[in-house]
Amino acid sequence: MKTNRTPFVIRFFAATGCKGWLAIGFFSLLTFVLVPAAHLMLPADHALHVSDYAITLIGKVMCYAIVAVAMDLIWGFAGILSLGHGLFFALGGYAFGMYLMRSIGLDGVYKSHLTDFMVFLDWKEYPWYWTGTEHFLYAVFLVLVIPASLAFVFGYFAFRSRIKGVYFAIISQALTFAFMLLFFRNATGFGGNNGFTDFKRILGYSITAPEMRVTLFALSAFMLMFTLILGRYLMQSKFGRILTAIRDAEMRVMFLGYNPLWYKLFIWTVSAMLCAIAGALYVPQVGIINPSEMSTANSIEIAIWTAVGGRGTLVGPVIGAFLVNLSKSWFTVAFPEYWLFFLGLLFVVVTLLLPQGMVGLWQKLRHRSMR
Amino acid sequence: MFLKIRIKMLSNFSRIVFLLPFFLIVFSLPAYAALDPEIVKQLNAETNEEKVASIKNIALLGTPEAAALLQAMADDALSFSGDTIIRMEGDRAINVATGQEIKPLPENIETLVTNNSTRRALNASLSLLKLFSPDREERIKAAKALEASADALSMPILDQVLIKESDPEIKQIITLTRASIELKNPDPAKRLAAVKSLGESNHPDVKIKLTELTDPANEPDAGVQSAAKESLASLENRLLVGESISRVFTGLSLGSVLLLAALGLAITYGVMGIINMAHGELLMVGAYATYVMQGIFRTHFPEYIDWYVLAAIPVAFFSAGLVGILLERTVIRWLYGRPLETLLTTWGLSLILIQSARVAFGPQNLEVANPIWLSGSIEAMSNVVLPLNRIIIIGFAFFVLALMWVLLNRTRLGLFVRAVTQNRAMAGCVGVPTARIDTVAFGLGSAIAGLGGVALSQIANVGPDMGQGYIVDAFMTVVLGGVGQLAGAVWAAMGLGIVTKLIEGVAGAVIAKIVVLAIIIAIIQKRPQGLFAIKGRFVD
Amino acid sequence: MSDTSVNMAHGMGENLSEPIKNNSILQLSNITVSFDGFRALNDLTLTFQVNELRCIIGPNGAGKTTMMDVITGKTRADSGTVFFNQTIDLSNLSEPEIARVGIGRKFQKPTIFENHTVFENLELAMKVDKRVRHSLFAVVDDLTRDRISDTLRLIHLGEHTEQVAGRLSHGQKQWLEIGMLLMQEPQLLLLDEPVAGMTDDETERTGELFNSLKGKQSLVVVEHDMAFVEQLKSNVIVLHEGSVLCEGDLATVQANPKVIEVYLGR
Repeated sequence: MKTNRTPFVIRFFAATGCKGWLAIGFFSLLTFVLVPAAHLMLPADHALHVSDYAITLIGKVMCYAIVAVAMDLIWGFAGILSLGHGLFFALGGYAFGMYLMRSIGLDGVYKSHLTDFMVFLDWKEYPWYWTGTEHFLYAVFLVLVIPASLAFVFGYFAFRSRIKGVYFAIISQALTFAFMLLFFRNATGFGGNNGFTDFKRILGYSITAPEMRVTLFALSAFMLMFTLILGRYLMQSKFGRILTAIRDAEMRVMFLGYNPLWYKLFIWTVSAMLCAIAGALYVPQVGIINPSEMSTANSIEIAIWTAVGGRGTLVGPVIGAFLVNLSKSWFTVAFPEYWLFFLGLLFVVVTLLLPQGMVGLWQKLRHRSMR
Repeated sequence: MFLKIRIKMLSNFSRIVFLLPFFLIVFSLPAYAALDPEIVKQLNAETNEEKVASIKNIALLGTPEAAALLQAMADDALSFSGDTIIRMEGDRAINVATGQEIKPLPENIETLVTNNSTRRALNASLSLLKLFSPDREERIKAAKALEASADALSMPILDQVLIKESDPEIKQIITLTRASIELKNPDPAKRLAAVKSLGESNHPDVKIKLTELTDPANEPDAGVQSAAKESLASLENRLLVGESISRVFTGLSLGSVLLLAALGLAITYGVMGIINMAHGELLMVGAYATYVMQGIFRTHFPEYIDWYVLAAIPVAFFSAGLVGILLERTVIRWLYGRPLETLLTTWGLSLILIQSARVAFGPQNLEVANPIWLSGSIEAMSNVVLPLNRIIIIGFAFFVLALMWVLLNRTRLGLFVRAVTQNRAMAGCVGVPTARIDTVAFGLGSAIAGLGGVALSQIANVGPDMGQGYIVDAFMTVVLGGVGQLAGAVWAAMGLGIVTKLIEGVAGAVIAKIVVLAIIIAIIQKRPQGLFAIKGRFVD
Repeated sequence: MSDTSVNMAHGMGENLSEPIKNNSILQLSNITVSFDGFRALNDLTLTFQVNELRCIIGPNGAGKTTMMDVITGKTRADSGTVFFNQTIDLSNLSEPEIARVGIGRKFQKPTIFENHTVFENLELAMKVDKRVRHSLFAVVDDLTRDRISDTLRLIHLGEHTEQVAGRLSHGQKQWLEIGMLLMQEPQLLLLDEPVAGMTDDETERTGELFNSLKGKQSLVVVEHDMAFVEQLKSNVIVLHEGSVLCEGDLATVQANPKVIEVYLGR
C-alpha cells in the first residue's frame, strides 16, 4: 500500500497489477493493431483476414462485456441484482441513435430533414427533446447524462426506502417494462416498434466503411479496458471494501456511521453510465436500436453473462459475456430450436452447480491440482 | 394486453333462434298472403339501385312472408327462372310471390346472386322487419339496433310500428329514433321538437348527432342549437353514469385476471418466498391444458363440446401442479433461502417451458373457443354491455380465492404449510415432513396458476409467450398487496384493475400501464412491505 | 481515548442517588413502542451518566433489544424522546448519523464483515470521514495502522490480522465486533450480550476489558450471564414488559421479590 502522497492518477492505474497491465497490453495490441490490420490490409481470401461479420460480432460482444462488468459492479460487489440494465443500455443507444438519425440528413426514404418515421407520422418538426441532437458532442453528453440521471433518481428513491434484494430486482424490472411500453408508442417520438435504423454516417464518415467499423471496434475495446481498470481501482479502494461490506452486513455498515444510500447510489449510477456508453457504441455497430432491447428477457440475460463468468470478479463477466454470446450466435445459426433450451439450462446449471461461475471453477480446479 | 376481448357478434345459432317464430308463422298460416309479383320480380333487376329499392319495398310490407323472403335471399337460397323468383325445396320449385309450386319444373334455373350493396339493404330491412316480430324481446332488440342506424327511408315503417305497437318501452325507443331522424328535417320547428325529445335518449350515437347540432356550421337555427346543448348535457350525464359503470366493471374484470395470475404466486412467493419467474409459464400450462381438452372433446365428445371448459379445470389444475412439483423436486428445492438465485434459475426454467411449448404446439397462438355459455353478453344499460365470459371469470377468480383460503386455513395441509413457512426448524422438530410440505405447497401454487390459465384461455391469446405478459403484473400485485397476505392480494388486484381502467379512459392503455407502474413503485417506496403488510419487529 | 472524557464523573457508576441531569450522556423519556398492539416498550424512562457502565437485565421480551433499536434509530418510538449529550435529539437522526454522533452498537449476534480480513474490518470501523468522496480516495496511512494494531492488542487478535473474519471462532468474532466499536471511538457503547458464546476464559478477559473502559467511555451492557454482570460490579437495571422494574447493585436486585417473581414465573 502507498502513502498518502502518491498522486491519485498513479494510484488509479497502479490498482491494476502487473499481470493486469500485461493482459491489457496484449489485448490492446490485438484490438488496436492486429485485428484492424488483418481486416483492412489483408485481402478477403487471405487465411488471416478478419471478416466484416467477425469484426461486428466481436465489437458487439465487447459492448455486452462492458454491460456485464457494469452489472457485476452492482450485483457481484454490492449485492444488488438489477433487472434494469437493459434499460440503461438501450437508453444510451437511443441517445446516440438520435444523433445517427439526424446524420442521415436528406438521404432518408422521404428525402426530408425529418426522420422517416416522423414523416410517416405526419409530424412537421422535431419534438423539443430532439433539439440539438444533430451535434455529435451533445449526443455524447446525452449518452453520459440521461441514463445516469434516470438511474440516480430511481436509485435514490429505491435505496432511500431500503428496497433491496428481490424487491429491488422486481421494481427495476417494472421500470424497464414501463419504459419499453413507452418506447413502443409511436407518439413517444423514438420510432415506435421499429426504433432507429438505416444509419448512414458518423461525423460525416460512412458508417459502413471498413475504417469506421474498425474504429468502432477499437473504441469498444478501449472502453472495455477502461471499464476494467476503473472497476479494479474501485474494488481495491476503501470504497470497494465498504461496498462489499454493505453486501455482507448492511446493518453493521450503518452502525459504523456510513450511509449505504450514497455508496449504493454511486456505484449504481456509475454502472448505469457504463451501460449507456456500451449501448451508444453498440448501436452504430449493429445498425439498429428498438424497444425490444428493453425487454425483461434482455436484462435478465445480462445477469446470466455475469453469473456464467463469475460474479465478484472483474474478468469473469467478460468471459461470461463472450461465452454466452458467441454460443448464441453459433446456436441460432446451427440449431435455432435449441438455443432457448441451452440458455435455460445455463441459468439452472450455473446457479445450481457453478455459483462462482467459470472463474470459480478455474480456481477450484487449480486449487485441487496444487494439492 | 388484458384487453383482447373477443367480441362475438350474434352467431348463426342465434339468428336461427330469432327466425324460428317467422318460420312457424309461415308454415302455420292457413292462407299464404301473396306478394306483388311486380315488386318481387325487381329483386333480380338489372341495376343495384332497382334491387335495393325492391328489397325496401318488400320490407315495407312488414309481413312474415316478406321477412321469410328477404331472409331466404340473405341466405342465398333464391334462384330465378326468367322473371320468376324461385325458392327451391328439394327438387320442387316454389314461386316466392305466390307460395305455389311451379309445375313442371322450369328450365334455366339460376342462383340469385347478392352483392355487397344488396346485402347491406337486406340486413337493414331484415332488422326493420324484426320490429313486427310477435316476440317482445325481439322487437325491443330490433328497436334498439335501429336507434342508431335508422335513416329517413325507415320513416314509413317507424310510423307503422307506432300505430301497431302497444308496448310503451318499444314505443319510446321508436319515438326517439324518429326524433333522431327528424334532426335532419328542414323545418326548424320539427328539429327543435326532435332535439328536445332526444334529451331522454341513452344512446351514445345520439350524442354525436346532438353535438353536431350545437355547431352553428351544421345548425343555422339558434333555438335548436341551445336546445341541443341542453339535451346534450342531460344525455351526457346519463351516459357518464353508464360509462363509469362499464369502466369499473372492466376494471374488476382486469382485477380478476390479475388476481388469478397472482393467487398462485401468493403461495409460492407470498408464503414460501420463492421468486418463481416461471409462474407465467404455469399459467401457460393451464391454458394449453384447456386447448388440449377442447381438442379431445371435439374429436371424441362433440355433443358435449360446450362443457369442455369444465373438464379442463381439473386437468389444468393437476397438469400445472405436476409441472410445479417436478420443478420443485429437481431444481427449486436446492435454492431455498437464496432468492436472487431462485429468480435466475426459475427464469431459465421459464425459457425451457416456453421453448417446449413452441416445439410441442408450434410458435403461433392457438384458437380456444368460448363455449356458448361463455359467449354473448348482458346489456345492463344502453351503453353498458357486460360480456358473459368476463362476468364468469370474476366469479371464477373468487371461487379460486375461496378454494385457496380453505386449503390454507381449514386443512391440515394448510396448517403444515403455514407452520413450515413460519418456523421451518420447529415444524420439523414436531414432526412436520418439511421437504414434502415444500413440494406440495409449491405444487399447489402451481396448480392454482393452472386454474388461472383456464380462465385466461377464454379471454386472451393462448401461445408460448402468453405467460411472459403476466409475470410482471402478477408480482406487482403480490408485492403491492403485501407478501403473505391473501386479502392484500385481492385488494391490490382489484385496485390495480380499476385504477388502470380509469386512467385508461382518460389517457389510453399504454400511459395507464406506465402510470400504474409508477404508482406501484411510489407506493413500495413508502411501504416496502406492501400496502397490507403487518407491522412487526423484523430480524435482519 | 476520547478527549472529552476526562473522568468528570468519578465514581458516578456506583452512585445510587438521583442522577445529576446535566451530566447525562443519554436520556430516554417516556418511550413507548408497540408492534401491532404489543407494547415492547411502555413509557420507559432511563438516564445514563457520562463514563458510567450500566448493565441491563430482564427476561425475554422485556424490551432490551427494542430499547437499543430505539436509541440507535433502527426503530422509531411511537412517543417519547431520546436525548444524547442533553442536546442532540436522536429521534430526528438516521442510523448512520446516530453512529457518527458517537454511539456504537454491538448486536446480539456478532455482526462483522465475514469476507473481509480482521484488519479490513477494523479499518472500515475507524473514525474518519465516512462519505463516499473520502472513501473513493482514501489510503491506509501510518496513523490508521497504529490505531488498528493498538486495538488488535486489546482484543487479542494480533495474530489474526490478515485472516478472513468469517473463519474466526464465535468468541473471536465477538471480540472483533467490540474492537470495531472501539475503533469508532464512540462516547457511548451499547453492547447486546457481548459474551454470548464465549468460553469462560474469554468472558473473563472481556470483563477485564470493559472494566478498563469504565470511566473513559459510557457503556450499556445487556447480558444474561450473571457471573459476568457480577464481574462488572455495576449498577443493574431490570427491565420487565417494557419498563424499569427496579434498579440497584446486583445483590440488591437479585434479592428483590418482584425480580424473582418475573424470572421464576408467576
